[in-house]
Amino acid sequence: MKILVAVKRVIDYNVQIRVKEDNSGVVTDNVKMSTNPPDDNAIEEAVKIKEAGKAKEIVAITIGDDKAQETVRKALAVGADRGIHVKADGIVEPLAVSKILKAVVEKEKPDLVFMGKQAIDDDCNQTGQMLAALLDWPQATFASKIEVSEKSLKVTREVDEGLETIEVNIPAIVTCDLRLNEPRYASLPNIMKAKKKPLDLMTASDLGIDTKPRIEQIKVEEPPKRKAGIKVSNVAELVNKLKNEAKVI
Amino acid sequence: MSVLLIAEHNNKELKPFTLNVINAATQIDEDVHVLLMGHSADAVAKSISEVSGVKKVIHVDNPTYENYLAENYVPVILNLAQNYNHIVSAANTFGKNLMPRVAAKLDTSQVSDIIKVISADTFLRPIYAGNAFATVKSNDSKKCITVRPTSFDPAPSSGGSAEIVKGESAEAFSPTKFVKKEEIKSDRPELGTARVVISGGRGMQSGDNFKLITAIADKLNAAIGASRAAVDAGYITNDHQVGQTGKVVVPDLYIAVGISGAIQHLAGMKESKVIVAINKDGEAPIFSVADYGLEADLFEALPQFLEELNKLNTIQK
Repeated sequence: MKILVAVKRVIDYNVQIRVKEDNSGVVTDNVKMSTNPPDDNAIEEAVKIKEAGKAKEIVAITIGDDKAQETVRKALAVGADRGIHVKADGIVEPLAVSKILKAVVEKEKPDLVFMGKQAIDDDCNQTGQMLAALLDWPQATFASKIEVSEKSLKVTREVDEGLETIEVNIPAIVTCDLRLNEPRYASLPNIMKAKKKPLDLMTASDLGIDTKPRIEQIKVEEPPKRKAGIKVSNVAELVNKLKNEAKVI
Repeated sequence: MSVLLIAEHNNKELKPFTLNVINAATQIDEDVHVLLMGHSADAVAKSISEVSGVKKVIHVDNPTYENYLAENYVPVILNLAQNYNHIVSAANTFGKNLMPRVAAKLDTSQVSDIIKVISADTFLRPIYAGNAFATVKSNDSKKCITVRPTSFDPAPSSGGSAEIVKGESAEAFSPTKFVKKEEIKSDRPELGTARVVISGGRGMQSGDNFKLITAIADKLNAAIGASRAAVDAGYITNDHQVGQTGKVVVPDLYIAVGISGAIQHLAGMKESKVIVAINKDGEAPIFSVADYGLEADLFEALPQFLEELNKLNTIQK
């Protein structure tokens, strides 16, 4: 079995982002970047499946500018065998990302495609489902548990009401929830070894995909700030304020 | 042209958030049609037809749709899509799973999680866990949109008298099978719609200590939430998680206990009307969004809080 795992480079989840003064976007220069957190879960799960002897090869792919390659190298350092970097500058919307991934799937012919359920920059939560649509494959989204059989997967999904279990035939797309597993750290020797693993470079136009955005980003603003609150000195004062000032209890 | 809205339900009842999405849809266009796919869900069809603002209910009844699978819903939606400019659903796990599969089939770039309708093609949406708001204009001829339900008031559930028409089923997608759903039953109000939410974080130190929170939740008829740190530490199950990757809540009162206020948690609660923070670290970021901050040890403060509530003659429910 072969697993393709898509990873995205985003602003690190611990960074407090800043909106650009001209409202054209958020500041990304000199800001710490990392792999999108649930994409780490996607890689981890693929590596665990390979370690269990159920997969032969893991291919990590990213789409983005030159530096996006770091996320593929990181995936190689924790156990992916091979990397693909599809170069693209600027905003690449989930629809274009899924078209690129479809073109790569048609070349690579993986049995499974894994990725995070959502990127923490644009918060779209679209790519996996769109890729499943374009390929006419089953989609197991928001996965918190995956059981692999020869021809199918049993996937437990995190849904609003609790948990849902579905069974999908292979080939399939899985989007991963943060609760799926605990991603490992890359060891220094493995980081060094990852530098020697093969990494293919291509562009979206090599694959015949137009990445021009369909959605116009008119402006990006700071959200309205909350009015500064007060500190109360004890619980009695707190309850009194909630009852008589805020009138919420 | 009109809006097609995909209803979320359990064949017996309409999920309340559908009402909020109906309200958002009426701000896009007055002609809102609701698609109900299910099995033996006539009562749901009737209740949707009575919602103010709904002009037509398209009811597709088939055992295939008893359990919701996006793979089975999508072909039915695509068969109807030509009559509509906008296809809309809730930005919860139902709509998030469904809509991108529709959008990709229609070659449309979806607009996710809108919090405001500016015009029929322009919307406001949060990005970076709500730390920035983007105004976006969709240039696709068909627009696929998910709506953050808590950002819109619910449409009145009465006052409408829409016609109910039968819709056509489509072929089932056999590679995907529903196995089971384990709903977590609770007598408490639902986290997403509760008037009061009290949440615990890593500061709770154990799952057992959540009983301090439960006692207050009982008193205030509140839902119980948690930070991701508390969920990851195994104190409480994930369906309680509030934040960027959990639920977004907008209660009248949000009480954060032992929660430091990581960016991803604030994303899920900072639109609440009144926020209370109880934390022993006076520098914790949660205090920057709190209307009332109490710098105290929660193990002393929570029992006192319960005691003070017990002294009150009346408590709003």
